[in-house]
Amino acid sequence: MSIITENRTTTVLDNGLFPSNEVMLDLKGLKKVYPTPKGDYVVLEDLNLQIRKEEFVTIIGHSGCGKTTMLSMIAGLNPISGGNISVLGKYIKGPGPDRGVIFQSPSLMPWMTALQNVLLGVNQVFPDATKTQRNDIAKYYLQKVGLEDAFNKRASELSQGMQQRVGIARAFAIKPKVLLLDEPFGMLDSLTRGELQDILIEIWNKEKITAVMITHDVDEAIFLADRVVMMTSGPKAKIGDVLNIDFERPRTRKSVLEHDDYYKYRKHLIDFLEH
Amino acid sequence: MKQSITLNKITKFVGFGFLGTLKSIFTGNIEKEDFKNFLRKVIVPLASMLLFIGLWHMGAKTLFNIEAEYKIEKALTEQGQEAANAMEACIASGAIKCQPNTLPSPSQVWASFQTLLEDHLVIRADKAAFIEKTASLNAKRLSDGKNAITYTGRPSFVDQIFTSIKTVFAGFFLALLIAVPIGVVIGLSKTLRSSVNWLIQILKPVSPVVWLLLVFMIVKTLTKNSESDSAFIISFISVGLCSMWATLVNTAMGVSTVDKDYINVAKVLKLGTFQKIFKVILPSALPLIFTGLRITLSVSWMVLIAIELLAQSPGLGSFVWEEFQNGAIDSNSKIIVAMFIIGGIGFLLDRIMLTVQNMISFDKNDGI
Repeated sequence: MSIITENRTTTVLDNGLFPSNEVMLDLKGLKKVYPTPKGDYVVLEDLNLQIRKEEFVTIIGHSGCGKTTMLSMIAGLNPISGGNISVLGKYIKGPGPDRGVIFQSPSLMPWMTALQNVLLGVNQVFPDATKTQRNDIAKYYLQKVGLEDAFNKRASELSQGMQQRVGIARAFAIKPKVLLLDEPFGMLDSLTRGELQDILIEIWNKEKITAVMITHDVDEAIFLADRVVMMTSGPKAKIGDVLNIDFERPRTRKSVLEHDDYYKYRKHLIDFLEH
Repeated sequence: MKQSITLNKITKFVGFGFLGTLKSIFTGNIEKEDFKNFLRKVIVPLASMLLFIGLWHMGAKTLFNIEAEYKIEKALTEQGQEAANAMEACIASGAIKCQPNTLPSPSQVWASFQTLLEDHLVIRADKAAFIEKTASLNAKRLSDGKNAITYTGRPSFVDQIFTSIKTVFAGFFLALLIAVPIGVVIGLSKTLRSSVNWLIQILKPVSPVVWLLLVFMIVKTLTKNSESDSAFIISFISVGLCSMWATLVNTAMGVSTVDKDYINVAKVLKLGTFQKIFKVILPSALPLIFTGLRITLSVSWMVLIAIELLAQSPGLGSFVWEEFQNGAIDSNSKIIVAMFIIGGIGFLLDRIMLTVQNMISFDKNDGI
């Protein structure tokens, strides 16, 4: 942490926390326990993390350290064993469209078209809008992810990369407060992954939805994030280190790669992971 | 060119993909890969069909010889050499009175098939003549408020096929109406599923005959004072009850094993129960539901014959039974004709289901 000079204009309180009006997502003393026949298995313990509004945080750590558990707890899909999670000061209760999720597998309904898949969420979140308005919202986001020619293609006919584009469109179209991404590009080849990172960051620059993304890819973590959170290996995983990425936005891949600090950041992350 | 693409699509859709290749052979534009496909999908099955008929022919001939030798032997021991010679000559001449009664050969079956068709034409003409003859009388009777006179002659083979198909479809739709809703409900609830599991496991293997008797007990009482066709009602309800289990179990399984990702999406979007069932769970369970329905249809066709036979309901089952009791010289071959017709219709029904499945379900299936 010390090697990076913090020159961002954010206020940090004396106790190391952010002022509460700036916090979007707050994890306090979070704990997850799985009961096993040999006794309780503690996945996460005393995990504290604050994420500011309009911040993009990536989470990196070894496989099985509990990253996905943490994310699905934030999504409300996995019950909390201890501590609490709040969004804008309100404790979460179960899943809800205020926390959009992009899953590792695209998880589209294969019997629906791309448009229908996006509309499934839009109809749910904007029940008062007219049909045309809802259609326009869905189409807008599909265009944003470059699928203007595939509105009426069935999800099962789309390639994996295109399916994940629909997944991105679906998540943004419901205008969530927090966007949760669970290794969304992990199953894609590196070329497609790069493309989708560009698309994601382009939409994100416009919408500025607070985002938490799990990744295994160090370069992806640096390219997308304002902060990279490193998690220790489980059991009893917690946050090991946090790295601020002070590149300007909007970023391009080229400018990031050519930046003097890039390799410093990269080394920092890799040192942590190899530790 | 475009036309041939659509043709290929259609034939593929109904599970007859090889027809497309057949067409490209006639039009002459065939590629090596196509030809290999054609060989595998058409020539080889045809060859095995021919092989089957050949084996059947030889088997029938062997059985014929055994039966003939036995007859001659019997004549020899009971009546002496002269009678034996007469019997041998009689068998060789093909006279009906001394033909050995055994498995008919393919050619005999083919001949019986033609006889049955001719018989059908005769009966149809008969029926048409009857209707024409009674037309004016019936009109008068109806205007007088009496019932019309209907044709009560013997049904032809083809009539019986249609009666059977009617029974099967009635039974199939009964099974569908019972099994799919119940399957969905028990698929959705773990508690319900385990509470009815034993009952299903016990009822599933019950034989068609027992179902028939059970239905008979109930329907007999219920239709005591009505004039409805109780034989038809009994047989279609029994068919439905016998065949619905596959659909019930498959639907319950399809509904209970919906991909967790889809359920998570539904949870995140906070879909209501109704939407969750109709937009997510049912569509994703459709392939399994259809697998169940296909099994149900083929089972209902299979048990139909036994049930018709016992329920005294007209149809292919009673046709087979009557022919067997009849014991005429061509009865055996007629039974075998019925066997092939039953098999063929069963195959067609399965193709129909496959086509419907491909139209509705997202999961494409080429029917093997």
